[in-house]
Amino acid sequence: MCTTYSVTWYDTTTWYDSEEIREVDFLRPSSMAEALAAKAERPDAVPIAGGTDVMVELNFDRTRPDALLDLTGIAELAEWSDTGDGGIRLGAGVSYTRIITELGQRLPGLAMASRTVGSPQIRNRGTVGGNLGAASPAGDTHPVLLATGASVELASTRGLRTVPAEEFYVGVKRSVLAPDELITAVLLPGTTAPQQFSKIGTRNAMVIAVCSFAIALHPEQAATGNSTVGTGIGSAGPTPLRATEAERFLTAELANADQWTSPRALDDSVRRRFGDLVAAAASPIDDVRGSAAYRRHALAVLARRTLGWAWWDYCLERTSRCA
Amino acid sequence: MRLNLTVNGEPRQADDVWEGESLLFLLRERLGLPGSKNACEQGECGSCTVYLDGTPVCSCLVAAGQAEGRAVRTVEGLAEEGDLDRVQRAFLEAGAVQCGFCTPGLIVAAHDLLARVPDPSDGEIREALAGNLCRCTGYEAILDAVRTAARR
Repeated sequence: MCTTYSVTWYDTTTWYDSEEIREVDFLRPSSMAEALAAKAERPDAVPIAGGTDVMVELNFDRTRPDALLDLTGIAELAEWSDTGDGGIRLGAGVSYTRIITELGQRLPGLAMASRTVGSPQIRNRGTVGGNLGAASPAGDTHPVLLATGASVELASTRGLRTVPAEEFYVGVKRSVLAPDELITAVLLPGTTAPQQFSKIGTRNAMVIAVCSFAIALHPEQAATGNSTVGTGIGSAGPTPLRATEAERFLTAELANADQWTSPRALDDSVRRRFGDLVAAAASPIDDVRGSAAYRRHALAVLARRTLGWAWWDYCLERTSRCA
Repeated sequence: MRLNLTVNGEPRQADDVWEGESLLFLLRERLGLPGSKNACEQGECGSCTVYLDGTPVCSCLVAAGQAEGRAVRTVEGLAEEGDLDRVQRAFLEAGAVQCGFCTPGLIVAAHDLLARVPDPSDGEIREALAGNLCRCTGYEAILDAVRTAARR
């Protein structure tokens, strides 16, 4: 049953003495079909899962939705499964804590990013679906979704579509999600190759990224001519960004030196050039968390270091000749 | 709307609940359980930490309606039959309380840690309490209290 409650919405700033009231509906679907029907009928309804973004908006009176659509009663959103080709279909409502504990080995980059989200309490509630729904350029999982070549599954009563993460973000806190659609899952390719994520903040917990960076190695692409390196930049542009020039440079560099079959330590000049190209791909602004110049500098450092760590891991896996 | 949920083992009902309000507001203002504290209302401080179906969460970030049919355990529900929980006793013994405002949230977070990790390292304690702010900055005594509780 999708139960609708019609209630009174008070203006909390004048909670005790105001007659100002506002109707709000609390929609509580118990299946995906009910949820999609509800969203089709009420495209204005604000979806809420872990609540770590939506409730802040409500608590501070920044948002006054006419309806809330509670997704926590839909069991399938909180499940993950194998896709059959080695990948993972991650339900939009799986918490960060569960990604870390259940998928830490199989989705190393996403698990690293998940460990940097908020605090234990926030990770117990927050979800990748929520990160995507908010589409903040500072969202911690976006760089990993870009670097790993993940796709976002969107559903409505009109049908299902899958959008590459790269095409999902269209502006500051804006995405291609249509008003009648819900984010149902994220599809992540399987990998055994190293991935890394790193984030700049004023402390290790409870930090919105000043900037962040993810890298994923794709050695299985070496024979195809496709990019063998995936990248993602966070909190340094209107949307999360790929550093395509940096990917192209490193792909060519690794191929020319036959690095995939006989990996050796990367020249410092290669790591620095990669870092510079990542910094050049960003379009940061000055804001309360940091200056544009600092973000660019920090991204170059993050890119250089994460490449070093990921390549070191690859070398260890493949050979002991890498020093 | 009317809500039914279990709080500290007891079935509870609340009427005229406003859907935009948080579980924290429901607990404090409607169910008479002011142990969970309201400070930041944005999940930064951890003072409102409660168990929701056994998982510690910031109750300010749970919509009241999302608690329908669920089980909530607050700091008031940790003492059993009048005996303080070992974490509560350890906080008293270690003097891990200054103004006391952050204490309920820290106790619930520490209680959860010790249920999952019986003998936590200092790193694990710090990580588990990373979402709980003490603005009196009494963290050393708090860490002592958690170490003490773990030894029991």
